[in-house]
Amino acid sequence: MALNEIWFILVAVLFIGFFFLEGFDFGVGMATKFLAKTDMERRVLINSIGPFWDANEVWLITAGGAMFAAFPHWYATLFSGYYFPLVILLLALIGRGVSFEFRHKGHTQKWKDSWDNVIFIGSLLPPFLFGVVFAGLIKGLPIDVNMEMQAGLFDMVNVYTVVGGITVTLLCFVHGLMFTTLRTVGDLQNRARAMAKKMLVPLAALLALFGIMTYFMTDVFEVRGIVLTAMAILGVIAFVLIGFFASKKRDGWAFSMSGAVIVLGISSVFVGLFPRVMISSIDSAFSLTVQNAASGAYSLKIMTIVAFTLLPFVLGYQIWSYFVFHKRVNEKEHLEY
Amino acid sequence: MLDMEMLSRIQFASTTIFHFFFVPITIGLAFFIAILETMYVVKGEERYKDMAKFWGKLFLINFAVGVVTGIIQEFQFGMNWSNYSRFVGDVFGAPLAVEALLAFFLESTFIGLWIFGWERLSKKVHLLCIWLVSFGTTMSAFWILVANSFMQRPVGYQMVNGRAEMNDFFALITNGQVLVEFPHTVFGALATGAFLVAGISAWKLIRKQDVPFFATSFKYATTIGLITSLLVALYGHAQAQYLVGTQPMKMAASEGLWNQSEDPAPWTVFAMIDPETKTNTMEVKIPYLLSFLSYSKFEGSLKGMNELQAEYEQLYGPGDYIPPVSTTFWSFRIMVLGGTAMILLAMYGVYLTARKKLEKGNTIFMKLMVAAISLPFISNTAGWIMTEIGRQPWTVFGLMTTKDSISPSVTGGEVLFSLISFTVIYTILGILQVKLFVKEIKKGPYPKLEAEAHTHDPFDKEDVTNGS
Repeated sequence: MALNEIWFILVAVLFIGFFFLEGFDFGVGMATKFLAKTDMERRVLINSIGPFWDANEVWLITAGGAMFAAFPHWYATLFSGYYFPLVILLLALIGRGVSFEFRHKGHTQKWKDSWDNVIFIGSLLPPFLFGVVFAGLIKGLPIDVNMEMQAGLFDMVNVYTVVGGITVTLLCFVHGLMFTTLRTVGDLQNRARAMAKKMLVPLAALLALFGIMTYFMTDVFEVRGIVLTAMAILGVIAFVLIGFFASKKRDGWAFSMSGAVIVLGISSVFVGLFPRVMISSIDSAFSLTVQNAASGAYSLKIMTIVAFTLLPFVLGYQIWSYFVFHKRVNEKEHLEY
Repeated sequence: MLDMEMLSRIQFASTTIFHFFFVPITIGLAFFIAILETMYVVKGEERYKDMAKFWGKLFLINFAVGVVTGIIQEFQFGMNWSNYSRFVGDVFGAPLAVEALLAFFLESTFIGLWIFGWERLSKKVHLLCIWLVSFGTTMSAFWILVANSFMQRPVGYQMVNGRAEMNDFFALITNGQVLVEFPHTVFGALATGAFLVAGISAWKLIRKQDVPFFATSFKYATTIGLITSLLVALYGHAQAQYLVGTQPMKMAASEGLWNQSEDPAPWTVFAMIDPETKTNTMEVKIPYLLSFLSYSKFEGSLKGMNELQAEYEQLYGPGDYIPPVSTTFWSFRIMVLGGTAMILLAMYGVYLTARKKLEKGNTIFMKLMVAAISLPFISNTAGWIMTEIGRQPWTVFGLMTTKDSISPSVTGGEVLFSLISFTVIYTILGILQVKLFVKEIKKGPYPKLEAEAHTHDPFDKEDVTNGS
């Protein structure tokens, strides 16, 4: 396998890791609005992701950095082309990032309510925008011969991409609720499970709708029909198992299955793209590929050595941190946030 | 029609300057807290733990803002400078990716372990966490400065199809530029943290609050402040000498030197610069000093901007290769002045501590120390303005100009929107951080139970009884 393909997989893995990990803390952020009834419950939810959310977000930063290093044209076209949505994304991530730390520093109700709103919006908008962007990637975008993306608003925001955005958002919400069942106890845990099960019905409808639209509105099934069909079947199985395990109160398994749906969903975007990284809707010859968007062979080789040396350590200590904080968050205990 | 390039430059400058208010605090405080917690583990005295926790609270407020303003930094290369990203992604993207892999994961994971791990980890493992955070923040500085040093002095690359492609990674990370720029910047960051702690401690000492606690903090802070600000000056000097050889135009601009200097060259303390006529008036000069600063001996002349302009036209074709001279000239002087004041203040602080005169409260000096919190920020900012403005018109010296670096698909209107949004949110963040800092400082390391009791939130009382 050539280095270009390895780096394509690596970028994909970083995004998949980001959606799996930050996906649940986005979901927990949404749950502070929909699930928590009291201030105490909101604090329990925030504390349940407290030690992790920042490191989870680094997966996104690393994905961006890897893209920049390995596929400068992909990074340049995507980030300049999606200028406006990315500004909104950044504003949301900024607000969310400080809100966890700032919220507990004040004591008035107004202060807390304001930051609760920031946490909610900051957790709701990013998965939606990512959904819109990723749906746009497989649908194709007006990229010209100079690799410049001259997209109007409706190239970026249309029925297909909005359905993609809502689907990703709801998926993260369910994933976050399943995470909550793992990190909390008692009433909150039970309500989280019940709410997750209730959300499965609309989520199933959205996933099916998005799948059908993808079949008719994109070329990914023509390009990778067999693999994608297989992944879709696996996705359906994993999805059914979320409900099955949740009913049996096997929360760990249910969380793994919601994670599996995310992993399969995001992977299928990259499978559908390959060997392209951005599809031109003007002329397929203008599409960016793992070849024409990539850095030189030397750079890729160095980066491969660095990445494969460091990633095992990163994974090791991140997993260790989840192990250290495996105990459930209990409102009777001291809460940092 | 809005000028997309100018707006993008303003946005990059303001977001970077703002981001770099928080970065040095992060680097400086992480190191300071690590020292305090080491004292706690070695000596076993609770007061060091209390200090680590108290300064840790300020660290965390600051860390949050530093992280979120950092995300913009990574994104806006692609968003506003896509041509630049295409051109140098090969060389410039690599250190950024390494920074994320090596530094950001380390910082973010171990800071989580540090905050939430006081009760769950053993003393030594907990101490290791803060040292790893400190190491991570410093490594982050190294890798981003590797990237910046490439812009100052491109090395380890070859041109392939009009793009700069990396061909020597080792050359990139041992770039002579980064070997002087990295220590200069990191010692500056450590000094920033030290002056922040010293200033806040002085503020508390003036008010006679928790005197032993803040006297000890002050002692550590001024000692670290003195050592690091001396090292900043030393590496600043090394960097200036390096500049003479690699970016003589920036050097000439920062000296307001239009024509070849005399030999030996005098150092200009003050001058009114007129870029129109390319002359200076009201110059105040110290003989021999510029020769000494540039070559460590009392002879040798420096090229002026006019000679260099002619040379660069030969090399790079017609164009204006002279950066904004007054900005470069004055930002350099402001930086040096701030740095010198820091050295003197830290010296006197160490002297006072050694003579055990701290508790008496030398109020004029203590008030100066409170005001001196601003000094490292002024110097850091002025230093970066000099470095980046002085490199103009280039983004990558000799390879790519700023006007060629922009994103062709982004409009001026879009950049205006983002510039306004970021400015508004940054202003709010800045005000909030200062307010929360003041609040934590007023509360002090040992908040009284009754002071908290009249708040309306019962859970915060619980925080206090649990020793938060």
